[in-house]
Amino acid sequence: MSRKVSITLQNNDDARPIIEAIEKDNPDSTVNIYPAMVKIDCEGRLIVKQETVEALLGREWDVQELHLSIVSMAGNVDEEDEYFELSWNL
Amino acid sequence: MAEKRKKKLGIKQRYSMLTRGLSWETTYQDMDKVFPYDKFEGIHIHDWEAWEDPFRLTMDAYWKFQSEKEKKLYAVIDSFAQNNGHLGITDARYVNAIKLFLTGISPAEYQAARGFTHVGRQFRGVGPRVACQMQAIDELRHAQTQIHSMSHYNKYFDGLHSGPYMHDRVWYLSVPKSFFDDARTAGPFEFLTSISFAFEYVLTNLLFVPFMSGAAFNGDMATVTFGFSAQSDEARHMTLGLAVIKFMLEQDERNIPIVQRWMDKWFWRGTRLLTLVAMMMDYMLPKRVMSWREAWDIYFTEAGGALFKDLERYGIRPPKYADIATKEAEHLSHQAWHIFYNYTHAAAFHTWVPEKEELDWLSEKYPNTFDKYYRPRLEYLDKEEKAGRRFYNDTLPMLCQVCQIPMGYTEMDDPTTISFQSSEYKGDKYHTCSLGCKDIFDYEPEKYVQAWLPVHQIYQGNCGGPEIEDVLKWYNFNLGADNLDYSGSPDQKLWNEWQAHRKKA
Amino acid sequence: MPVTSIGKYEFEPLDKVENFHGNQLTYINWEKHLLFCAPVCLPLPPEMLFSTFIKETMPGVYGKHPDFEKINWDEVTWTLDQVDFIPDMAASLKENGLGHKSLLRFWTPGLNGIEGSHS
Repeated sequence: MSRKVSITLQNNDDARPIIEAIEKDNPDSTVNIYPAMVKIDCEGRLIVKQETVEALLGREWDVQELHLSIVSMAGNVDEEDEYFELSWNL
Repeated sequence: MAEKRKKKLGIKQRYSMLTRGLSWETTYQDMDKVFPYDKFEGIHIHDWEAWEDPFRLTMDAYWKFQSEKEKKLYAVIDSFAQNNGHLGITDARYVNAIKLFLTGISPAEYQAARGFTHVGRQFRGVGPRVACQMQAIDELRHAQTQIHSMSHYNKYFDGLHSGPYMHDRVWYLSVPKSFFDDARTAGPFEFLTSISFAFEYVLTNLLFVPFMSGAAFNGDMATVTFGFSAQSDEARHMTLGLAVIKFMLEQDERNIPIVQRWMDKWFWRGTRLLTLVAMMMDYMLPKRVMSWREAWDIYFTEAGGALFKDLERYGIRPPKYADIATKEAEHLSHQAWHIFYNYTHAAAFHTWVPEKEELDWLSEKYPNTFDKYYRPRLEYLDKEEKAGRRFYNDTLPMLCQVCQIPMGYTEMDDPTTISFQSSEYKGDKYHTCSLGCKDIFDYEPEKYVQAWLPVHQIYQGNCGGPEIEDVLKWYNFNLGADNLDYSGSPDQKLWNEWQAHRKKA
Repeated sequence: MPVTSIGKYEFEPLDKVENFHGNQLTYINWEKHLLFCAPVCLPLPPEMLFSTFIKETMPGVYGKHPDFEKINWDEVTWTLDQVDFIPDMAASLKENGLGHKSLLRFWTPGLNGIEGSHS
């Protein structure tokens, strides 16, 4: 059975670098585009890395800024200063 | 970014400093007297400090992010109102979904605020208290921002003038109202299981996410913006829901069967409540994003499946009757729409028979059921309406004692036969729409014999008078404007005038 | 355990028969005719004759359906509270065994609803 974790973000200017960073750091992820939002699924685990988002944004980015763009998610959350990770216990 | 300014404390330390050590063991009063509600449900907690908020959000960060969300939201609401945003929606029929939302869901947000305020006082552990207090503020914000956003529609469209008043009286609004009443009158752990876990973790995705995306697709800027602003909080609430479940399960194995029973109950109550949303998605969005069936497959079968797989190691199984709910996803929206079509003369929003292309869409999305069971009926209703005999059901319906929805659900192995369940308690009969609702009644009959069933209340003479017109006035409806078919409504007339002007221009 | 509560928890049921002004609630369902979305609920006097119920109550409830006037009431089959039941037309609802909140279901053989769709 599939054990996908997922994160849904708004499809706006704040979220676009985050979406791009997720695609970069999770090459196996699938990006589904719906009106106004983007749902990214990934088998088992998905990570948002501060470093990657900052490189794309060109400024400091606090991982908790994710709160401004997130719409929904599925998976256990692990949040640290440097990353935000979703996972299922395999 | 080597020169980046280092924060003094890491996120874990900050969270710990700002949430721990805020409480103390009381000495001149017994702790059980100070926190009288967190034991009677039978949940055993040995170490409240083991509570961990995965988001590690502290109050200072909370205010910072929330104020930023509010600024963004109110900029959009202002702009929507200033620029006559209502003219940009796809069709005025869409506004009927907003009417149902404002009268059915927004007052429930306020109920959630009351519930979380209560449990935010009642847990003896400080971690869950802080999380619940934040959520109480969130829920209040949701009620307020929804009312603000939708108030613009109230300037032009009918049925939006007294949401909270209607919520306490109108027959179909007793469905969400009784859901939250049931949750709020339970103990604090059951409340969190019902709202934070079953509703927000398992089912909110189905409620808000596809619907908000649908609102965007239909040009409703106001709803999309408040929806996503609320949803950014929901992501945190969902996490709280999962955290509380794991906390209970890890603390004591005696908690497992209690948590399982709550999951079964609240999953079922949630799916019943979502009937309203199923019909909003399949019938009330002029431009459709995905069908209810598809949303169910993505968000319940796939996401929920992975979640329950994860909880297996605690001895938790998927909710009872999840298989029935999945079969019902083929029928739910059609049966719900038909109930409201039958009784639109007593509702504060309009219904209609979908146009031909819309029927074709439903046929395509529901190849196994729609043409066989539902399309002939809708085509007949359309013919009758066009011949000047718009069908209304003149007799009040039988309601389920638990979910309070008219008994329009059918047996899944025989979709043209209504599902009937019943129980006896202290010499009286009680009827339920499903095994799920019957189980809930049978476990706590003393609670549900007090259900304020609108139909029975009308017959007892407690709702304004004996005639349907008296009742509708008591509901504070504007008769002939708020109710009846969309065809011939003042909403339709106004919308058609706007469209004619647009063509001229 | 009839409820999980912090103390004694007993309340009057809200729908006791005494609250209905001499009537009792009856639930009625015409099977395979889902044009009517759900069973209906009516407060009826227990002394009402079953024949009066058929002649005077039923048309107001179901008369709008094109199958209604085709019903041959002699062929109708019934259940009362989920048990097969043959009503005595000359007796009252109460004498026929209908109590408060009884469920009366009936089947009309040969009539299959709009376009045979059981609507």
